[in-house]
Amino acid sequence: MILSIASGKGGTGKTTVAVNMALSLKDVQLLDCDVEEPNVHLLLHPNINEEKSVYVSTPQVDEELCDHCGKCGEFCQYNAILVSSEKVLVFLELCHSCGGCVIVCPGKAISEEQHRIGTLKCGSTGDLEVVYGELDVGEPMAVPVIREVKRRIESDKTVILDSPPGTSCPVIETVKGSDFCVLVTEPTPFGLHDLRITVQVLEDMEIPFGVVVNRAGLGDKKVYEYCEEKNIPILLEIPYRRKIAELYSKGIPFSSEMPEWKEKFQTLFDEARKLAGK
Amino acid sequence: MKIGVSSSGNNMEALVDPRFGRCPYFVLVDSESMQFEAVPNLAAASGSGAGIQAAQTITSKQVQVLITGNVGPNAFRALSAAEITVITGASGKVREVIEKYKKGLLSETREPTVRGHFGMGAGRGHGRRRGQQ
Repeated sequence: MILSIASGKGGTGKTTVAVNMALSLKDVQLLDCDVEEPNVHLLLHPNINEEKSVYVSTPQVDEELCDHCGKCGEFCQYNAILVSSEKVLVFLELCHSCGGCVIVCPGKAISEEQHRIGTLKCGSTGDLEVVYGELDVGEPMAVPVIREVKRRIESDKTVILDSPPGTSCPVIETVKGSDFCVLVTEPTPFGLHDLRITVQVLEDMEIPFGVVVNRAGLGDKKVYEYCEEKNIPILLEIPYRRKIAELYSKGIPFSSEMPEWKEKFQTLFDEARKLAGK
Repeated sequence: MKIGVSSSGNNMEALVDPRFGRCPYFVLVDSESMQFEAVPNLAAASGSGAGIQAAQTITSKQVQVLITGNVGPNAFRALSAAEITVITGASGKVREVIEKYKKGLLSETREPTVRGHFGMGAGRGHGRRRGQQ
Protein backbone atom coordinates (compact mmCIF):
# COMPACT_ATOMS: atom_id res chain seq x y z
CA MET A 1 0.00 0.00 0.00
CA ILE A 2 1.45 3.33 -1.11
CA LEU A 3 -0.18 6.31 0.51
CA SER A 4 0.74 9.88 -0.33
CA ILE A 5 0.04 12.95 1.77
CA ALA A 6 -0.53 16.15 -0.20
CA SER A 7 -2.28 19.46 0.34
CA GLY A 8 -2.12 22.21 -2.24
CA LYS A 9 -1.60 24.94 0.31
CA GLY A 10 1.67 24.88 2.19
CA GLY A 11 1.83 24.63 5.97
CA THR A 12 -1.44 22.75 6.44
CA GLY A 13 0.10 19.79 8.28
CA LYS A 14 1.19 17.22 5.68
CA THR A 15 4.31 16.32 7.61
CA THR A 16 2.41 16.25 10.91
CA VAL A 17 -0.03 13.72 9.46
CA ALA A 18 2.68 11.71 7.66
CA VAL A 19 4.94 11.43 10.72
CA ASN A 20 2.19 10.70 13.24
CA MET A 21 0.64 8.10 10.96
CA ALA A 22 4.00 6.46 10.36
CA LEU A 23 4.62 6.28 14.13
CA SER A 24 1.20 4.69 14.68
CA LEU A 25 1.71 1.81 12.22
CA LYS A 26 4.08 -1.15 11.85
CA ASP A 27 6.49 -2.05 9.07
CA VAL A 28 6.48 1.41 7.55
CA GLN A 29 8.68 3.31 5.13
CA LEU A 30 8.30 7.08 5.37
CA LEU A 31 9.63 8.91 2.31
CA ASP A 32 9.93 12.69 2.43
CA CYS A 33 9.48 13.81 -1.18
CA ASP A 34 9.60 17.53 -0.38
CA VAL A 35 13.22 17.65 -1.48
CA GLU A 36 13.25 21.44 -1.66
CA GLU A 37 12.50 21.68 2.03
CA PRO A 38 12.51 18.24 3.69
CA ASN A 39 11.36 18.30 7.31
CA VAL A 40 10.34 14.75 8.29
CA HIS A 41 13.87 14.22 9.66
CA LEU A 42 13.52 17.26 11.92
CA LEU A 43 10.73 15.48 13.79
CA LEU A 44 12.14 11.96 13.66
CA HIS A 45 15.93 12.43 13.90
CA PRO A 46 16.72 9.25 11.96
CA ASN A 47 20.15 7.60 12.14
CA ILE A 48 21.44 7.98 8.60
CA ASN A 49 23.15 4.84 7.31
CA GLU A 50 23.36 5.69 3.63
CA GLU A 51 23.99 8.94 1.84
CA LYS A 52 24.60 9.39 -1.87
CA SER A 53 24.70 12.10 -4.48
CA VAL A 54 21.95 12.40 -7.09
CA TYR A 55 23.06 13.20 -10.62
CA VAL A 56 21.30 14.10 -13.84
CA SER A 57 22.66 13.82 -17.37
CA THR A 58 23.09 17.07 -19.24
CA PRO A 59 24.37 17.63 -22.78
CA GLN A 60 27.92 18.59 -23.56
CA VAL A 61 28.52 19.85 -27.10
CA ASP A 62 31.79 19.24 -28.92
CA GLU A 63 32.15 22.41 -31.03
CA GLU A 64 34.70 20.63 -33.26
CA LEU A 65 32.07 18.12 -34.40
CA CYS A 66 29.09 20.50 -34.43
CA ASP A 67 28.01 21.96 -37.77
CA HIS A 68 25.29 24.15 -36.16
CA CYS A 69 22.46 22.40 -37.99
CA GLY A 70 20.13 23.28 -35.10
CA LYS A 71 18.36 19.89 -34.83
CA CYS A 72 19.09 19.62 -31.08
CA GLY A 73 17.57 23.03 -30.39
CA GLU A 74 14.49 22.24 -32.47
CA PHE A 75 14.04 18.94 -30.66
CA CYS A 76 14.32 20.34 -27.12
CA GLN A 77 10.83 20.99 -25.77
CA TYR A 78 12.25 22.99 -22.87
CA ASN A 79 14.30 25.39 -25.00
CA ALA A 80 17.45 24.43 -23.16
CA ILE A 81 19.64 24.64 -26.28
CA LEU A 82 20.27 27.61 -28.53
CA VAL A 83 22.16 27.15 -31.77
CA SER A 84 23.59 30.21 -33.47
CA SER A 85 25.76 30.15 -36.58
CA GLU A 86 28.91 30.21 -34.43
CA LYS A 87 28.05 28.68 -31.06
CA VAL A 88 25.80 26.30 -29.18
CA LEU A 89 24.56 27.39 -25.77
CA VAL A 90 23.16 24.92 -23.25
CA PHE A 91 20.96 26.26 -20.45
CA LEU A 92 21.39 23.59 -17.79
CA GLU A 93 18.64 24.90 -15.54
CA LEU A 94 16.06 24.21 -18.27
CA CYS A 95 17.34 20.75 -19.28
CA HIS A 96 15.06 17.87 -18.24
CA SER A 97 17.74 15.23 -19.01
CA CYS A 98 15.70 13.40 -21.64
CA GLY A 99 18.77 12.70 -23.77
CA GLY A 100 16.88 13.51 -26.99
CA CYS A 101 19.48 16.00 -28.24
CA VAL A 102 22.14 13.27 -28.14
CA ILE A 103 19.97 11.01 -30.29
CA VAL A 104 18.94 13.59 -32.90
CA CYS A 105 22.44 15.05 -33.43
CA PRO A 106 23.53 13.79 -36.88
CA GLY A 107 27.21 14.59 -36.26
CA LYS A 108 27.38 12.81 -32.87
CA ALA A 109 28.63 16.09 -31.40
CA ILE A 110 26.65 15.79 -28.17
CA SER A 111 27.59 13.59 -25.25
CA GLU A 112 26.13 13.40 -21.77
CA GLU A 113 27.78 14.70 -18.64
CA GLN A 114 26.82 13.91 -15.07
CA HIS A 115 25.70 16.92 -13.10
CA ARG A 116 25.10 16.68 -9.34
CA ILE A 117 21.81 18.18 -8.15
CA GLY A 118 21.23 16.81 -4.67
CA THR A 119 21.59 14.13 -2.01
CA LEU A 120 19.62 11.04 -1.06
CA LYS A 121 19.60 10.06 2.62
CA CYS A 122 18.36 6.79 4.09
CA GLY A 123 18.09 5.86 7.72
CA SER A 124 15.78 4.79 10.50
CA THR A 125 14.17 5.82 13.76
CA GLY A 126 13.53 2.65 15.72
CA ASP A 127 11.66 0.31 13.36
CA LEU A 128 10.59 3.13 11.11
CA GLU A 129 12.54 3.46 7.89
CA VAL A 130 13.07 7.08 6.77
CA VAL A 131 14.22 8.19 3.31
CA TYR A 132 14.55 11.78 2.14
CA GLY A 133 16.20 13.86 -0.52
CA GLU A 134 17.82 17.26 -0.44
CA LEU A 135 18.00 19.35 -3.58
CA ASP A 136 21.20 21.41 -3.78
CA VAL A 137 20.77 25.16 -3.33
CA GLY A 138 20.41 26.85 -6.70
CA GLU A 139 19.23 23.72 -8.52
CA PRO A 140 15.78 24.21 -10.02
CA MET A 141 14.84 20.60 -10.90
CA ALA A 142 13.37 18.72 -7.93
CA VAL A 143 11.80 15.84 -9.87
CA PRO A 144 14.96 13.72 -10.43
CA VAL A 145 15.70 13.80 -6.67
CA ILE A 146 12.11 12.81 -5.88
CA ARG A 147 12.42 9.95 -8.36
CA GLU A 148 15.56 8.78 -6.56
CA VAL A 149 13.72 8.88 -3.20
CA LYS A 150 10.82 6.89 -4.67
CA ARG A 151 13.18 4.29 -6.11
CA ARG A 152 13.59 3.11 -2.47
CA ILE A 153 9.93 2.09 -2.22
CA GLU A 154 9.49 -1.52 -1.09
CA SER A 155 5.92 -2.20 -2.13
CA ASP A 156 5.34 -5.07 0.32
CA LYS A 157 5.63 -2.51 3.14
CA THR A 158 3.31 0.31 4.13
CA VAL A 159 4.77 3.26 2.26
CA ILE A 160 3.93 6.83 3.26
CA LEU A 161 5.00 9.63 0.91
CA ASP A 162 5.13 13.16 2.28
CA SER A 163 4.53 15.42 -0.74
CA PRO A 164 5.69 18.99 -1.31
CA PRO A 165 2.97 21.67 -1.32
CA GLY A 166 1.40 22.99 -4.52
CA THR A 167 0.26 21.18 -7.64
CA SER A 168 3.33 21.54 -9.86
CA CYS A 169 5.65 18.85 -11.25
CA PRO A 170 7.21 17.77 -7.90
CA VAL A 171 3.74 17.04 -6.49
CA ILE A 172 2.69 15.07 -9.57
CA GLU A 173 5.92 13.05 -9.40
CA THR A 174 5.28 12.30 -5.71
CA VAL A 175 1.65 11.21 -5.89
CA LYS A 176 2.04 9.30 -9.18
CA GLY A 177 1.55 5.59 -8.54
CA SER A 178 -0.05 6.04 -5.10
CA ASP A 179 -2.89 3.73 -4.12
CA PHE A 180 -4.46 6.53 -2.14
CA CYS A 181 -3.83 10.19 -1.38
CA VAL A 182 -4.66 11.95 1.88
CA LEU A 183 -5.25 15.67 1.34
CA VAL A 184 -4.50 17.72 4.42
CA THR A 185 -6.27 21.07 4.51
CA GLU A 186 -7.26 23.72 6.99
CA PRO A 187 -10.78 25.17 7.16
CA THR A 188 -9.84 28.57 5.74
CA PRO A 189 -10.47 30.21 2.35
CA PHE A 190 -6.79 29.62 1.44
CA GLY A 191 -7.00 25.98 2.43
CA LEU A 192 -10.16 25.50 0.37
CA HIS A 193 -8.84 27.36 -2.67
CA ASP A 194 -5.77 25.14 -2.96
CA LEU A 195 -7.68 22.00 -1.97
CA ARG A 196 -9.97 22.47 -4.99
CA ILE A 197 -7.00 22.67 -7.34
CA THR A 198 -5.42 19.55 -5.85
CA VAL A 199 -8.71 17.65 -6.10
CA GLN A 200 -8.80 18.42 -9.85
CA VAL A 201 -5.28 17.05 -10.21
CA LEU A 202 -6.08 13.82 -8.37
CA GLU A 203 -9.31 13.34 -10.33
CA ASP A 204 -7.33 13.68 -13.55
CA MET A 205 -4.74 11.21 -12.27
CA GLU A 206 -7.49 8.84 -11.12
CA ILE A 207 -6.02 8.47 -7.64
CA PRO A 208 -8.61 7.90 -4.89
CA PHE A 209 -8.41 10.44 -2.08
CA GLY A 210 -9.90 11.70 1.17
CA VAL A 211 -9.45 14.78 3.31
CA VAL A 212 -7.94 15.42 6.73
CA VAL A 213 -8.98 18.74 8.26
CA ASN A 214 -6.19 20.12 10.41
CA ARG A 215 -6.66 23.04 12.82
CA ALA A 216 -10.35 22.16 12.91
CA GLY A 217 -12.35 24.86 14.68
CA LEU A 218 -10.42 27.63 12.94
CA GLY A 219 -11.88 29.57 10.01
CA ASP A 220 -15.24 28.65 8.49
CA LYS A 221 -17.38 25.72 7.27
CA LYS A 222 -16.68 26.08 3.55
CA VAL A 223 -14.23 23.15 3.36
CA TYR A 224 -16.88 20.88 4.89
CA GLU A 225 -19.56 22.16 2.51
CA TYR A 226 -17.26 21.61 -0.45
CA CYS A 227 -16.41 18.05 0.62
CA GLU A 228 -20.08 17.21 1.15
CA GLU A 229 -21.04 18.63 -2.23
CA LYS A 230 -18.24 16.69 -3.97
CA ASN A 231 -18.83 13.56 -1.89
CA ILE A 232 -15.24 13.60 -0.62
CA PRO A 233 -14.80 11.65 2.65
CA ILE A 234 -13.42 13.58 5.60
CA LEU A 235 -11.24 10.95 7.22
CA LEU A 236 -10.00 12.80 10.28
CA GLU A 237 -10.15 16.15 12.04
CA ILE A 238 -7.21 17.40 14.08
CA PRO A 239 -8.38 20.18 16.40
CA TYR A 240 -6.77 23.59 16.68
CA ARG A 241 -5.16 22.96 20.10
CA ARG A 242 -2.38 24.74 21.92
CA LYS A 243 -0.84 21.46 23.14
CA ILE A 244 -0.44 20.12 19.60
CA ALA A 245 1.15 23.38 18.47
CA GLU A 246 3.50 23.44 21.46
CA LEU A 247 4.70 19.90 20.81
CA TYR A 248 5.23 20.74 17.15
CA SER A 249 7.24 23.82 18.09
CA LYS A 250 9.56 21.55 20.10
CA GLY A 251 9.85 19.12 17.21
CA ILE A 252 7.86 16.38 18.95
CA PRO A 253 5.29 14.38 16.93
CA PHE A 254 2.16 14.93 19.04
CA SER A 255 0.96 11.32 19.02
CA SER A 256 4.03 10.27 21.02
CA GLU A 257 2.87 12.51 23.92
CA MET A 258 -0.85 12.06 23.25
CA PRO A 259 -1.04 8.27 22.68
CA GLU A 260 -4.83 8.30 22.18
CA TRP A 261 -4.07 9.75 18.75
CA LYS A 262 -2.18 6.63 17.63
CA GLU A 263 -5.48 4.81 17.35
CA LYS A 264 -7.01 7.66 15.35
CA PHE A 265 -4.13 7.54 12.88
CA GLN A 266 -4.49 3.76 12.62
CA THR A 267 -8.19 4.24 11.85
CA LEU A 268 -7.28 6.87 9.27
CA PHE A 269 -4.94 4.40 7.59
CA ASP A 270 -7.52 1.59 7.66
CA GLU A 271 -10.13 3.88 6.09
CA ALA A 272 -7.67 4.90 3.40
CA ARG A 273 -6.86 1.27 2.68
CA LYS A 274 -10.54 0.39 2.39
CA LEU A 275 -11.20 3.30 0.04
CA ALA A 276 -8.19 2.29 -2.04
CA GLY A 277 -9.64 -1.21 -2.33
CA LYS A 278 -6.55 -2.81 -0.76
CA MET B 1 20.74 46.04 -41.89
CA LYS B 2 18.04 43.77 -40.53
CA ILE B 3 16.36 45.03 -37.36
CA GLY B 4 13.94 42.92 -35.30
CA VAL B 5 11.32 44.53 -33.08
CA SER B 6 9.14 42.74 -30.51
CA SER B 7 5.67 43.77 -31.52
CA SER B 8 2.06 43.51 -30.42
CA GLY B 9 0.93 43.26 -34.07
CA ASN B 10 2.08 42.11 -37.49
CA ASN B 11 2.85 45.44 -39.15
CA MET B 12 4.92 48.62 -38.92
CA GLU B 13 2.15 50.60 -37.24
CA ALA B 14 1.75 48.13 -34.35
CA LEU B 15 3.03 49.03 -30.90
CA VAL B 16 6.29 47.64 -29.55
CA ASP B 17 5.59 44.83 -27.08
CA PRO B 18 7.77 45.40 -24.00
CA ARG B 19 8.22 41.63 -23.54
CA PHE B 20 10.85 39.97 -25.67
CA GLY B 21 10.17 36.26 -25.07
CA ARG B 22 6.38 36.45 -25.03
CA CYS B 23 5.51 39.13 -27.58
CA PRO B 24 3.05 37.88 -30.23
CA TYR B 25 5.13 38.95 -33.26
CA PHE B 26 8.54 40.02 -34.36
CA VAL B 27 8.52 42.63 -37.08
CA LEU B 28 11.76 42.31 -39.04
CA VAL B 29 12.67 45.46 -40.94
CA ASP B 30 15.33 46.17 -43.54
CA SER B 31 16.60 49.54 -42.39
CA GLU B 32 17.59 50.70 -45.87
CA SER B 33 14.48 49.80 -47.88
CA MET B 34 12.07 49.81 -44.88
CA GLN B 35 10.62 46.54 -46.27
CA PHE B 36 9.32 44.38 -43.44
CA GLU B 37 8.34 40.83 -42.60
CA ALA B 38 6.20 39.85 -39.58
CA VAL B 39 7.09 36.55 -37.88
CA PRO B 40 4.80 35.04 -35.25
CA ASN B 41 6.68 34.38 -32.01
CA LEU B 42 6.15 30.68 -31.32
CA ALA B 43 7.76 31.12 -27.90
CA ALA B 44 4.84 33.25 -26.67
CA ALA B 45 2.99 30.17 -25.42
CA SER B 46 6.06 28.24 -24.29
CA GLY B 47 6.06 26.79 -20.78
CA SER B 48 9.63 27.68 -20.05
CA GLY B 49 12.63 29.08 -21.87
CA ALA B 50 10.54 31.49 -23.97
CA GLY B 51 13.39 34.01 -24.15
CA ILE B 52 15.76 31.37 -25.52
CA GLN B 53 13.28 30.12 -28.10
CA ALA B 54 12.55 33.71 -29.18
CA ALA B 55 16.30 34.34 -29.44
CA GLN B 56 16.55 31.23 -31.63
CA THR B 57 13.90 32.68 -33.97
CA ILE B 58 15.71 36.03 -34.13
CA THR B 59 19.06 34.29 -34.72
CA SER B 60 17.80 32.05 -37.50
CA LYS B 61 16.33 35.10 -39.29
CA GLN B 62 19.81 36.71 -39.37
CA VAL B 63 18.67 39.74 -37.39
CA GLN B 64 21.58 42.03 -36.44
CA VAL B 65 19.81 44.44 -34.07
CA LEU B 66 16.95 43.65 -31.72
CA ILE B 67 14.75 46.40 -30.30
CA THR B 68 12.42 45.54 -27.42
CA GLY B 69 11.23 46.65 -23.98
CA ASN B 70 13.00 44.20 -21.69
CA VAL B 71 15.14 41.10 -21.91
CA GLY B 72 15.69 38.51 -19.18
CA PRO B 73 18.99 36.83 -18.27
CA ASN B 74 18.69 33.73 -20.48
CA ALA B 75 17.51 35.67 -23.52
CA PHE B 76 20.32 38.14 -23.05
CA ARG B 77 22.93 35.40 -22.83
CA ALA B 78 21.50 33.77 -25.96
CA LEU B 79 21.34 37.00 -27.96
CA SER B 80 24.87 37.97 -26.90
CA ALA B 81 26.21 34.59 -27.98
CA ALA B 82 24.65 35.16 -31.39
CA GLU B 83 26.30 38.61 -31.45
CA ILE B 84 23.03 40.46 -31.82
CA THR B 85 22.94 44.08 -30.67
CA VAL B 86 20.20 44.43 -28.04
CA ILE B 87 18.31 47.65 -27.44
CA THR B 88 15.80 47.82 -24.58
CA GLY B 89 13.39 50.37 -23.17
CA ALA B 90 11.76 51.01 -26.54
CA SER B 91 8.10 52.03 -26.82
CA GLY B 92 5.79 53.46 -29.46
CA LYS B 93 5.09 52.18 -32.96
CA VAL B 94 7.49 49.82 -34.72
CA ARG B 95 8.05 52.38 -37.52
CA GLU B 96 8.89 55.09 -34.97
CA VAL B 97 11.48 53.03 -33.09
CA ILE B 98 13.17 52.06 -36.37
CA GLU B 99 13.39 55.74 -37.31
CA LYS B 100 14.80 56.57 -33.87
CA TYR B 101 17.39 53.85 -34.19
CA LYS B 102 18.45 55.08 -37.61
CA LYS B 103 18.92 58.58 -36.16
CA GLY B 104 21.16 57.11 -33.47
CA LEU B 105 18.74 57.94 -30.66
CA LEU B 106 18.72 54.43 -29.15
CA SER B 107 21.69 52.86 -27.43
CA GLU B 108 22.79 49.29 -26.88
CA THR B 109 22.02 47.41 -23.65
CA ARG B 110 24.92 45.59 -21.96
CA GLU B 111 22.96 43.51 -19.45
CA PRO B 112 19.56 41.88 -18.87
CA THR B 113 16.92 44.38 -17.76
CA VAL B 114 14.54 42.04 -15.92
CA ARG B 115 14.76 38.77 -14.00
CA GLY B 116 13.53 35.48 -15.51
CA HIS B 117 9.79 34.80 -16.04
CA PHE B 118 9.10 38.54 -16.25
CA GLY B 119 6.76 38.33 -19.22
CA MET B 120 4.65 35.48 -17.81
CA GLY B 121 2.20 37.74 -15.98
CA ALA B 122 0.77 37.24 -12.52
CA GLY B 123 0.00 33.70 -11.46
CA ARG B 124 1.72 31.98 -14.35
CA GLY B 125 4.81 30.79 -12.50
CA HIS B 126 5.19 27.63 -10.47
CA GLY B 127 3.20 28.73 -7.43
CA ARG B 128 4.31 26.56 -4.59
CA ARG B 129 4.68 27.85 -1.09
CA ARG B 130 2.16 30.64 -1.39
CA GLY B 131 0.22 31.14 1.82
CA GLN B 132 2.51 28.96 3.86
CA GLN B 133 2.87 30.21 7.39
